[in-house]
Amino acid sequence: MKKSMENIGSGQAQNQPENTARRQFMVGSAAAGGGLVLGMHLPFEIAPGIAPAAAQGAAASEINLWVVVRPDETCVIRIARAEMGQGTLTGLAQLVAEELECDWSKVATEQITPGQNLARKRAWGDMSTSGSRGIRQSHDYVRRGGAAARTMLLQAAAEEWKVPVGELSVANGVITHAGSNRKTSYGKVATAASKLTAPDPKSITLKPIKDWKIAGKPLRRIDGTMSKLNGSKVYAMDVKLSGMLHATVRECPVFGGRLVSFDDSKVKGMPGVKKVFRLNDITVAVVADTWWRAKKAMDALPVVWDEGPNAKVTSASIDAHLRTGLTSDDAFADINTGDAIKAIAAAPRKVEAVYRAPFTSHTTMEPMNCTVRLTADKAELWIPTQSAEASMAVLSSSSGMPLDKCEVYAMDLGGGFGRRIGSQDVVRQGVAIAREFPGVPVKMLWTREEDQAHGLYRPIAMARLSAGVDAQGKLAGLHVRVSGQSINAFANPAAIKEGRDRRQLQGLWDTLEGDAQIGYTHSNLRTEYAMRNTHLPVGPWRGVNTNQNGIFLECFMDEVAKLANRDPLEFRRELMSERPKHLGVLNAVAEKSGWGKPLPKGVFRGIAQFMGYGSYSAAVAEVSVSGKGEVKVHRMVFALDCGNYVNPDQVAAQIEGSVAYGMTTLHSEISVDAGRVVETNFHNFRVMKIAEMPKVEVVLPVTGDFWGGVGEPTICVVVPAILNAIFAATGKPVHNLPLSKQGLTLV
Amino acid sequence: MFQLNINGRVHKVDAEPDTPLLWVIREQVGLTGTKYGCGVAQCGACSIHLNGEVVRSCLLPVSAVKPGDRIVTIEGLSRDSSHPVQKAWAELDVAQCGFCQSGQVMAAAALLRKKPKPTDKDIDEAMSNICRCGTYHRIRAAIHRAAGTKTAAADVATDAGNTTV
Ligand code: FES
Ligand code: FES
Repeated sequence: MKKSMENIGSGQAQNQPENTARRQFMVGSAAAGGGLVLGMHLPFEIAPGIAPAAAQGAAASEINLWVVVRPDETCVIRIARAEMGQGTLTGLAQLVAEELECDWSKVATEQITPGQNLARKRAWGDMSTSGSRGIRQSHDYVRRGGAAARTMLLQAAAEEWKVPVGELSVANGVITHAGSNRKTSYGKVATAASKLTAPDPKSITLKPIKDWKIAGKPLRRIDGTMSKLNGSKVYAMDVKLSGMLHATVRECPVFGGRLVSFDDSKVKGMPGVKKVFRLNDITVAVVADTWWRAKKAMDALPVVWDEGPNAKVTSASIDAHLRTGLTSDDAFADINTGDAIKAIAAAPRKVEAVYRAPFTSHTTMEPMNCTVRLTADKAELWIPTQSAEASMAVLSSSSGMPLDKCEVYAMDLGGGFGRRIGSQDVVRQGVAIAREFPGVPVKMLWTREEDQAHGLYRPIAMARLSAGVDAQGKLAGLHVRVSGQSINAFANPAAIKEGRDRRQLQGLWDTLEGDAQIGYTHSNLRTEYAMRNTHLPVGPWRGVNTNQNGIFLECFMDEVAKLANRDPLEFRRELMSERPKHLGVLNAVAEKSGWGKPLPKGVFRGIAQFMGYGSYSAAVAEVSVSGKGEVKVHRMVFALDCGNYVNPDQVAAQIEGSVAYGMTTLHSEISVDAGRVVETNFHNFRVMKIAEMPKVEVVLPVTGDFWGGVGEPTICVVVPAILNAIFAATGKPVHNLPLSKQGLTLV
Repeated sequence: MFQLNINGRVHKVDAEPDTPLLWVIREQVGLTGTKYGCGVAQCGACSIHLNGEVVRSCLLPVSAVKPGDRIVTIEGLSRDSSHPVQKAWAELDVAQCGFCQSGQVMAAAALLRKKPKPTDKDIDEAMSNICRCGTYHRIRAAIHRAAGTKTAAADVATDAGNTTV
């Protein structure tokens, strides 16, 4: 047995916390007799009230990929997706447990590592956790896994009793043969079950959703709730390994600049400093015996940068660049129904507006970090990652160690929001640092300032929208031109086909393909995108391009409704007859919020609907605006149709979270001066706090005929609903964010 | 060498005098429940109790702590996770990623010690910790639950779980 996690801290600890609860991962093969222990210790969180899966490892039986049963009746459900607070772990366990018919109070979970997945030819499927896919793209095979395990456990009991399996029943992990009045349990038949041939998962009929008892219910989370409240949960930032060193890095603050030199004579003699070195052409690293000492040395280190060609870029110059895309002829049209431009020109009344949605940053609460240990025959990585497999690929490519000699311990994330999926930039840095200390684990942790300065920002975008209204007060035509930075151009150029980067029009697509369909149809409709890239790196940010496009379309819709002298809800409904699901959530939120009913004096409503990640969202915000421009959001009501709900309370939690994450963009942007990011920490990147948080209510209309995402869909209606309420209150549309650009403040 | 009373135990630590208490707690004493989130006293992830007052430990130099001072970290808030704040938080499933929650719990526990029946305004003023997952809504409800106060806002989290099934 090889230890891969230790609990030895540096210094004079006298009451070292038991902060690295270990468990043993069972990698067995049913064909080989089950319970074959490969003996891998992983740092892992054990949920309260659930016995650790570690103990009695040798006696535990792997029934199949998803289910391990222990003699004490614990059902260990394996999870291949990342948990970053979004609740996917609990939801996936509910789905397996539902089909398994086990006792929910005896469920424990364990995380698959990418090394284990690779060793079994990716039997656990895709491990990446982004695009709100954790449940909607794995619900079917995990349920089949739970059902197959149940079948095998029942078969084992039937063989032991020599009765037809059809005569058995099971509930809460207890198997009953009514005819002979015999009972047994999963824990007792697990060893025999693990030796049976697994049924073909496709032969299994899943339970009708209406019969669900565990899935679909608002059960409490099982990802270690109390450990998050008593300090015992180990995040990657908390990992402790024997002999571990600590590092911090500084990359050229101007993207596209270079590291020229640094004067390490000033810091070499500082306490604890082990090494100051050029990590690559753009980055300097300091390694010390504690992180604080590494950081202090980094702060004192004189560094000379060549700031390169972007040193004069400012937010104003970026805006000017984007503005050229609002009227240029290099755009492509995506939806082009009828002749919107002609119809608008011919309409008796018209309106045009230019909107701007700035860059913003993920700012996960846990700053970027990872720990790497490179030995002669192994590369190991501890990291909060949304894609353990992508992390392992980069661990391998940057260390030169073949994949089968790499392992990644994917720790639950202190926030992801899209930052920890794509480039795996910290892995490259972590490996480069660990190379300098063969055999020694080195933990690299960014300062918050580094985290703000080197994000993968939500791309900046502008839009010019125009519309005409006919004599009857109906929409005559709508033209949407988006100009802004492309995520694909930065991160995945191959996804851009024939120069048309449709991804930047997410939420404005005319078909369901891509899971983000526009909610309106019209005989004169045109959507366009002109690519205007900047020197900032960009990436997916919770909700991705539905954020900007939701603001553009839904806020402008209120401007058009006002021009037509129509109620914004009524005006939208008229355009949605071919979009029943979009209309469904709009109607549900209108009803729940009491749309049209009187409000307290000074309070105004705004409404918005949009689609993303296969789910339909709508929101109503109730807002007041003081004479001094203080914006107070009192209440928000949401309707989300994600088809099926695995845990409605966690769906509600994700909606509540999307409110706070979205509303922060009313406070703050990522702006650029002298080529670098201006907002370096929370003092100038103002994040929404409890005092600004509105009351949130949620309605979940059940349609049940599809599976949509949950973590991302609702954020795209948060800001437009609020901005529309501000428009209703002030008569002035909000065209630019953050609110301070229009003399408003969120209170 | 500094002598620190943390969670009722005395620790002798060797650190430069300007080392923030946060890093002494995390790296020398080995208690990692107290988090680093900003280092500039803005986010509250590093909140601890110093003589019963909630303090952000990331800017407090270890040399400013007197030998008689009592430091309590999240690990020492209760012996068995039974503090009313911890219980209320668990009952309402407040935590999402959980990274900010050590600080949130310490701030709420300090608030309730001072004001056993806090109003929403008291909560707004005392709870300036940042949560990027956006658990604010349930934090408010959980504080009211722990305090036994019932306000309109306190209903929120339980309402939110309701569906029109
Ligand atoms: S880490 Fe101390 S307040 Fe943020
Ligand atoms: S729970 Fe994730 S930051 Fe608060």
